[in-house]
Amino acid sequence: MKKFDKDRLILGLAGPVLALVVAIALTSVVLLASGRDPFEPYTLMVESAQYADIQVLILNQAGTYYLAALAVAVGFRMNLFNIGVDGQYRLAAMMAALVGAAVELPGPLHIALIVLVAMLTGAFWAGIAGVLKTLRGVSEVVSTIMLNAIATSLIAWLILTDNFGVQLEGSNDLTTGEIAESGWFPSVSMGDGGEIYGFTFVAFALGIVYWFVLNRTRFGFDLRATGASESAAAASGVDARKMILTAMLISGGVAGLAGMPTLLGDTHTYSLSFPTGIGFTGITIALLGRNNPVGIFFSALLIAFLDKASASLDQYGYEKEIATIMQGLIVIAVVVSYELVRRYGLRRQQQKVGEELAAAARKNREEVAA
Amino acid sequence: MSTSTVSAVSAAPKKSARRKLSVPVVLLIIAGALALVSLVRLISGADDLTSVGQVSGALQLAIPIGLAGLGGLWAERAGVVNIGLEGMMILGTWFGAYAGYQWGPWSGVALGILGGALGGLLHAIITVTFGVNHIVSGVAINILAVGVTRYLSNFTFDEAPGGSSKQSPRIDEITKITIPGLSDWLRDIQGKHWFFVSDVAGVLGGLVTNLSLLTVVALLLIPATIWILWHTAFGLRLRSCGENPVAAESLGVNVYKYKYIAVVVSGGLAGLAGAFLAIVATGIYQEGQTGGRGYIGLAAMIFGNWMPGGMALGAGLFGFTDSLKLRGGAENVHAMLLLLVILLMLVVFWQLYKKKYLPAAISAVAAVVLFVWYSFTDEVPSQFVDAAPYVTTLLVLALSAQRLRMPKANGMPYRKGQGK
Repeated sequence: MKKFDKDRLILGLAGPVLALVVAIALTSVVLLASGRDPFEPYTLMVESAQYADIQVLILNQAGTYYLAALAVAVGFRMNLFNIGVDGQYRLAAMMAALVGAAVELPGPLHIALIVLVAMLTGAFWAGIAGVLKTLRGVSEVVSTIMLNAIATSLIAWLILTDNFGVQLEGSNDLTTGEIAESGWFPSVSMGDGGEIYGFTFVAFALGIVYWFVLNRTRFGFDLRATGASESAAAASGVDARKMILTAMLISGGVAGLAGMPTLLGDTHTYSLSFPTGIGFTGITIALLGRNNPVGIFFSALLIAFLDKASASLDQYGYEKEIATIMQGLIVIAVVVSYELVRRYGLRRQQQKVGEELAAAARKNREEVAA
Repeated sequence: MSTSTVSAVSAAPKKSARRKLSVPVVLLIIAGALALVSLVRLISGADDLTSVGQVSGALQLAIPIGLAGLGGLWAERAGVVNIGLEGMMILGTWFGAYAGYQWGPWSGVALGILGGALGGLLHAIITVTFGVNHIVSGVAINILAVGVTRYLSNFTFDEAPGGSSKQSPRIDEITKITIPGLSDWLRDIQGKHWFFVSDVAGVLGGLVTNLSLLTVVALLLIPATIWILWHTAFGLRLRSCGENPVAAESLGVNVYKYKYIAVVVSGGLAGLAGAFLAIVATGIYQEGQTGGRGYIGLAAMIFGNWMPGGMALGAGLFGFTDSLKLRGGAENVHAMLLLLVILLMLVVFWQLYKKKYLPAAISAVAAVVLFVWYSFTDEVPSQFVDAAPYVTTLLVLALSAQRLRMPKANGMPYRKGQGK
């Protein structure tokens, strides 16, 4: 049906490859400048990733990242920048843990309830930004930054022992109480390697849903159209305001799911030591994966690899913070290289069109002369 | 180039004279606000509300927020959104402390500014030269700054005596000035708890007691910014890049150059904010010390409608709530609820006068709810106080987004030669 465009594929791959090469080179410069071996950390990280337990850690982490990145990507496709994924994810995980610990239901129902609460909470928190944007014209970037901070305070207050928190004996950490076993999502045991959270597979399956909804349904078409040009979409009968609010709600709902692999598969409670900053990593991954479900999958794996494989660097006298630096460099290199590749592609296209036009004009002249 | 062509660049619609506040009016508003606070203090008995220590503490907390906000203002006036303020501030704390503990506090200030400016330069290269989305670049800089400072701490502070990988050794203090006679006299008057007079004395006393020289410098940067951006040809050109870069280019303004300058200055100001935190506010670098103040600075700037005066007001307000919480604050913050109730009641009367009945009703309900909250509790949870600046900003945005006016081309991509 569609003609396979080799050049487009090469250009599409050139961006991420160029970015990774540049990011790795710059990281090596940093290592060299601080008097460290510029290449050994990479080999160490690759070596440590050959252990089964590290692989399981990477896969589990990638599942969480995948959901966060999908949440960001839904917004991106609509030209919305949901910086609030982090707050939505934390608040949703907390509310889900609270509700999950408070009730006891037969297995699947219990899990369904927890997941539903998480999605609703995430959607609600993102929906505030959506309503402010559609009704009052407030930029979603600013409002979600504010909502992130408000979520932090709200969680800190809700988890006080006077409110809903539970303090475990012999520990300073406040939690929301443990969810009964009927609300645990079954994990896949990998023998010595540990367990892969069952929800990780749900996360990856959601990528297929994401692809289908965006590319094969009318709703997805409207969403992408509105993202590409609000006025053009409005002219063809799409209610842009409704689309903005819907996209924000979906983004928040998916963000709410990001806490589920950890909550349902591992901790079974929300505590103040629950991982933070997932939403910001999600932005990195969505950018790296170009909002494409397959691209996001590999990016999530890459970032999870950097996270988990770098943990052992300390033993060999390297600082594991080098992985954070590398992540920052990757984001910058990725966006810059995409922009450069885009410009190059545009120029090449213009040249091609120009050549074709010139050829057509030559042919015309020859015909006239004949 | 004659001035008339340049002024044509900023063809922004002139604000009606009504909205231009003159100095006496501003003073009257301040006096009115102080009288209100005084009234609340008398009713609630929270005498610490305007004490010398409170005000000087509020000032110290407001300065980093204000400097970050000023940084945001510079960048956004030239049309570049700077979410990376937080990261640049982190760079400022680290570089400030690194130079500060070795070569004295003032070199710390200089290097802190430099560190922030480096972050700004990176932001400028990414957004201006490569034309990447401003917010993406800012987010990346925030990630990078955390990584770089943590990484560097392992080599520097960790090996220094009295330091660790998470904090620096102590930094020498910057000279603090207290005007000897005046300060004590004002403190005495404040201690009498008279209506209004004591409050004025408390505020003035806070401004002349334990005032770090760097605070003075920071305060002076606000009028300096107003002067540079609104009263010089340079400032006019810079702002024209944020309003309509194509028009500016057609008149011969080198848009890239002005954007670069603005973003680097923005980073430098954020770096100074960080250096202030490390050197003056705490005397030490600590990991995670900025605690989102870069974002609060951004909030203060939006609260102030992209104007230095309004931004300073926002920063002052946020700094004040912060210090209320710190100084045995549950009672003080509780008293602020009463202030909110009074303010809301004033809004109700104003809206009734304007015959806007629905907003009046909403405000009245909010006032009643707050009053009930005030009457039936003794303190406000500190977490709510933490959230106060953010909630305030959201409310301001929600209620007056239509009236806020950010630079027209703020955050838009611009390529050289677009005007041709």
